[in-house]
Amino acid sequence: MTLLASDTRRPRRSIWPALIWPALLLICLIPGLLNRAVSSLSAGQVPTLDTPLWKLTLSHLGLVLLAEVVVLLIGVPLAVAVTRPGRESLMRLAEAVAGLGQTVPTLAILALAVPALGFGVRPTLLGLLLYGLVPVVSNGIAGLLAVDKPTLDAARGMGMTDGQRLRRIELPLSLPVLLAGVRTSTVYNVGTATIGAALGASGLGTPIIEGLSQQNTGLVVIGALLAALLALSLDGLLGLAAAEEGQR
Amino acid sequence: MIELRNLEKRYDNPLTGLPFYAVKDLSLAFPSGEITALLGPSGCGKTTTLRMINRLIEPTAGQILVEGENAQSLKPEALRRRIGYVIQQIGLFPHLTVAQNVATVPDLLGQPKARTRERVRELLGLVGLEPGQFETKRPSELSGGQQQRVGVARALAADPPVLLMDEPFGALDPLARDKLQEAFREIQHNLKKTIVMVTHDIDEALKLGDKVALLNAGELAQFGTPDDLVRRPVSEFVRQFLGEDALLRQLAGVRAGALARAGDGSGLPQVSASLNARSALSVMLRERAEAVAVTGEDGQISGVLSFHDLERT
Repeated sequence: MTLLASDTRRPRRSIWPALIWPALLLICLIPGLLNRAVSSLSAGQVPTLDTPLWKLTLSHLGLVLLAEVVVLLIGVPLAVAVTRPGRESLMRLAEAVAGLGQTVPTLAILALAVPALGFGVRPTLLGLLLYGLVPVVSNGIAGLLAVDKPTLDAARGMGMTDGQRLRRIELPLSLPVLLAGVRTSTVYNVGTATIGAALGASGLGTPIIEGLSQQNTGLVVIGALLAALLALSLDGLLGLAAAEEGQR
Repeated sequence: MIELRNLEKRYDNPLTGLPFYAVKDLSLAFPSGEITALLGPSGCGKTTTLRMINRLIEPTAGQILVEGENAQSLKPEALRRRIGYVIQQIGLFPHLTVAQNVATVPDLLGQPKARTRERVRELLGLVGLEPGQFETKRPSELSGGQQQRVGVARALAADPPVLLMDEPFGALDPLARDKLQEAFREIQHNLKKTIVMVTHDIDEALKLGDKVALLNAGELAQFGTPDDLVRRPVSEFVRQFLGEDALLRQLAGVRAGALARAGDGSGLPQVSASLNARSALSVMLRERAEAVAVTGEDGQISGVLSFHDLERT
């Protein structure tokens, strides 16, 4: 039995590989460092921006995280609601609508949102929401459906109410799958949020848009590089959280 | 005591509109402090009957009385917390420790934590698991037999008067099953719970059941002691279901020592008292002897088991 016990306890994964990307990101945010490094791409000139890079990165991160919070507030209850017994057709509808949302090009959604919501953060947030919702809802549904049926039968037979069963059994057991969806959705949205700059939402899209209009490749590279590092950082950190959850 | 009165579960076929009776007009009283085995071929309605007792399935007609109270008048959750529940697939909560699993119902009932912790340790000991060693383990770290021991401990945690068991030992390998059946018989000997146990295993029903209710196609074929069913089957179905070797099956569930009488066994072939009576019979046939000497753990002859004693099971 001791053999079996040691087999199921996986070795603790080192947390350091996941911290490489955040560290690199912080180094790139040292004022002036990145600007000077890309000067050869900007005809020898050190490219400058009105807003410091760390501020742009922070507002980009803030936008993505805000969207993610709203995604969770909508997505998790939705996944729970459609996986209750007797709602199979509703569940298929939710999955179909969510899948459909992802086939519409990002730019189209953002462009369509502008007339309704005006320029700035609001249409961008709507776009991030629609795109971020897909992996969270579909993973939430998959996670809840994967919970072992006899385990649920036992919980019911013990006298748990529907709510107790959801909180104590279903949500904890589906959490790893849900977290994977959150990870996908967050990483996706770091990229999607750069487009927001075209609508006037400040973020790492700003240097990209400015670089494109001024034909300054250095600026474009700054925005793209920081957005990529931010995406990799969040992916690493959320992966760490998921691994931590798997350990328990 | 649990009493079923004219219990019925009908399903209407949505296409043809024809009714199908999973359980039909079933009246049955499960005696207090005894194990009643619900036996029958698959599809006979035994699991449906069991699940109607704690209202996991709602009957379409009839009444269920649990300890004199109408099950239908209680909130299903409140009813279930007063009834232990053990299933074949065990269904331990994989993200919780063994101790947390066992504490499920006491926690739902809001019992004080310190008392529950004591109770959990006591129960783990009762089902043969060293508390210090197992409390903090996850279900995935246990063997199948150990998991179902935890399953039984969990069902007993709030000290319910009634226990429902749906093929509790069905998923275990034969060795683990025998050991757990023995342990369970020992536990029940001390606790005297009112137990309803679904099984399709005739040997298990004859071995563990104080009473056996044999179902066929949703109706009661016979209710009685194992002896009643084996020796006095009321219908051709009962006789055929138990098989022509029913007496041998019954002997297999009894220890030779339990049937032996005092006497001089010198010169007779010897069998251990812990051997089952069917094996003892086999020894008699092999040795062409009318009786065997039964030996205790110390190897000394403790009694004699004759061919005629086998009649007394």
